[in-house]
Amino acid sequence: MATVALKDVTKVFPDGTIAVDNVNLDVGDGEFMVLLGPSGCGKSTVLRMVAGLEDPTSGAIVLDGELANDLAPRDRKIAMVFQDFALYPHMTVGDNIGFPLRLSGVDAEPRSERVADVASALGIGDVLGRRPSQLSGGQRQRVAMGRAIVRRPGLFLMDEPLSNLDSGLRAELRAEISGLTRELGVTTLYVTHDQAEALTMADRVAIMRRGVLQDVGTPTQVYGRPATLYVAAFLGAPRMNLLEAQVYVHLDRHIALHMGEQTLYLPWNDIRARAVAHYHGERIVVGMRAEALVPVPVDTEGDVLRGRIRYLEHHGHESLAFLDIGAYAVIVDDIGGTPPEVAGPRGLRRFGNLVKRVAGRGGEQELVGASVAGHNGRGGNGKPGPGGRNSEGVFSDPGRHHRRPAELAVRLAPYPAVGSGHPLAVSVRMEALHFFDDRGQRIDVGWR
Amino acid sequence: MSTLVKQQAPAAAATKALSRRSSSRRGRFVLNLVVVALMIIWAVPTVGLLISSLRPQSVLSSSGWWTAFAPPYHFTMANYRDVFHQAGIGQAFVNSLLIAVPATVIPLFVAAFAAYAFSWMTFPGRDLLFVVVVGLLVVPLQTTLIPILKLFADWGLTGQFLAVWLAHTGYGLPFAVYLLRNFMGSLPRAVFESAAIDGANHVTSFFRLAVPMSLPAFAALAIFQFLFVWNDLLVSLIYIGLANPDNLPMTATIANLVNSLGGGWYLLGAAAFVSMALPLALFFGLQRYFVRGIVGGAVKG
Repeated sequence: MATVALKDVTKVFPDGTIAVDNVNLDVGDGEFMVLLGPSGCGKSTVLRMVAGLEDPTSGAIVLDGELANDLAPRDRKIAMVFQDFALYPHMTVGDNIGFPLRLSGVDAEPRSERVADVASALGIGDVLGRRPSQLSGGQRQRVAMGRAIVRRPGLFLMDEPLSNLDSGLRAELRAEISGLTRELGVTTLYVTHDQAEALTMADRVAIMRRGVLQDVGTPTQVYGRPATLYVAAFLGAPRMNLLEAQVYVHLDRHIALHMGEQTLYLPWNDIRARAVAHYHGERIVVGMRAEALVPVPVDTEGDVLRGRIRYLEHHGHESLAFLDIGAYAVIVDDIGGTPPEVAGPRGLRRFGNLVKRVAGRGGEQELVGASVAGHNGRGGNGKPGPGGRNSEGVFSDPGRHHRRPAELAVRLAPYPAVGSGHPLAVSVRMEALHFFDDRGQRIDVGWR
Repeated sequence: MSTLVKQQAPAAAATKALSRRSSSRRGRFVLNLVVVALMIIWAVPTVGLLISSLRPQSVLSSSGWWTAFAPPYHFTMANYRDVFHQAGIGQAFVNSLLIAVPATVIPLFVAAFAAYAFSWMTFPGRDLLFVVVVGLLVVPLQTTLIPILKLFADWGLTGQFLAVWLAHTGYGLPFAVYLLRNFMGSLPRAVFESAAIDGANHVTSFFRLAVPMSLPAFAALAIFQFLFVWNDLLVSLIYIGLANPDNLPMTATIANLVNSLGGGWYLLGAAAFVSMALPLALFFGLQRYFVRGIVGGAVKG
């Protein structure tokens, strides 16, 4: 019934905050698009700009193929459900639902008919005479939904409509909302910070971080092949294991990925081998989800990582073991949302890098490597030093990523007969690994 | 040792809680006592006036009102009868109403529009304008008496009700705008945004949302403004007094009782109670709006 397109949309607030940074997004007719991201990432601002509650600083908002930047909210044929429901407290439920109809001049009789239809469809037919303050949270949410659908809009905007409800109700209403919008065939733009909502409800998911659109795709696409390190870190429970790896290409055999004391070998017949080989001598990020790791007997050969269990988490249906494998984790630490660190002067960053190296790993070899990096040259033994491109981006920007021993999350059967300190080996499905470069971009070939 | 500590800890906590509870109860008792004492002190003059108004003139001029509690008892309604019969207080009561009701409604109406605009409309200079309006709160109305009286005289308004309405509107507006804006500004923004999406323009959301949701503030403000105007002597004396004494309100008439009747001061108590009757009724009638919060249930909570 309606399409939405955002073209180079930027929003800068009066205080200078860049809330939305050059976002391009297309929502097809009848599509359920979820905007996902941590709080403060600009997803609500995008929604409010589509609603007409905020004006974009630059860029175009196109509704149904027509420029809508200057349209008033009421002329956009949209309906919106707010996070805190925004019901009119002095009106009854029936008047609340009928309010949009009343404003568009529908007579009392057809109005009350339509209100009754909508209310009974939502299961709130028997509370039409009450006021919002006499309703439960779930009922209020349904009233807000009813007020949105009663006008039969072309486009639904929902701003975290479930985040004020308790978890049981949330799951119930999740199914109800996606069922309802599909039944009505309405284009929906749905904002949430809850990845479970995004992955279960969406036709497509758009993931944002600090105003920048990171990835758009079906839930399977963004989960299975995340476009950036950030998306990879954000989606999934337990979170994806992100390990720092040193790439070393053996032309005749394989590509070695050195992760601390352990090494995985990417065979040349892997489709991504060539792309990864470009990073010879550099560090990349290797991501592996818990489902890519299978516990195996300790003496198994092949693509196996070994370590000791640091601690266990029991979830009832499964237990998670967190394994210390002597590798370093890459922490994407703004999943909670810290402001971006502006890169400092080059020399200072280098110095930070050096200090971290000395403090982090120690050992003579690493000190040599660090001094090599400091001189921006190569080591005397002819091997490329860990300088060059690595000195910027994911690994060495002290504001964004910290260096920390990795804790590899592995799924085990519930309540296993092992405890902390117990050695464990996991076999790695090499084709299920994700590779990201030092800028956090996915390393892959023709991947979408 | 550790088990000993563990056993002692809950016991100690229990005694502490107990003593805290009893001390808080004692504190509340003292608080109640103080509040009741203050209320009594506050009410004594009014009670004295009430009793005086019920005593005959001869007794009134020879003994204090507190002696009325001891026999012989002298109570009479004669003062009230005299007030109603002699002083033309009925016309003054009507005049007071004719002054106070419009002088309450007009500023409230204007202030409501202003408060909505200051809260929910964006226009250049909005905040500056609001600061200026609120800044007018510090202007004492006495400084405006002469210039405005001159103005009203030029326009031929002196002695008419309209003059007092305009004056009270002007004097009441800054506070009314300030109070209403603060109230409307604290209404949930999402409600107005939702209405804008549902198709409401500013006029609709003012009358359908802002006004009904601000009723408690309107009630409070109406009481303040009405009492101020009802009890006002100065403004009506200046702008009406000399030009047209027939339009004078109760306050001025009561003040005149003493002058015109010489010893008529014994009527003052009764007259004061007559003039208090309406504000009291108004207050008790609108009191529930002070207590009831109409905003409940708008948003989550």
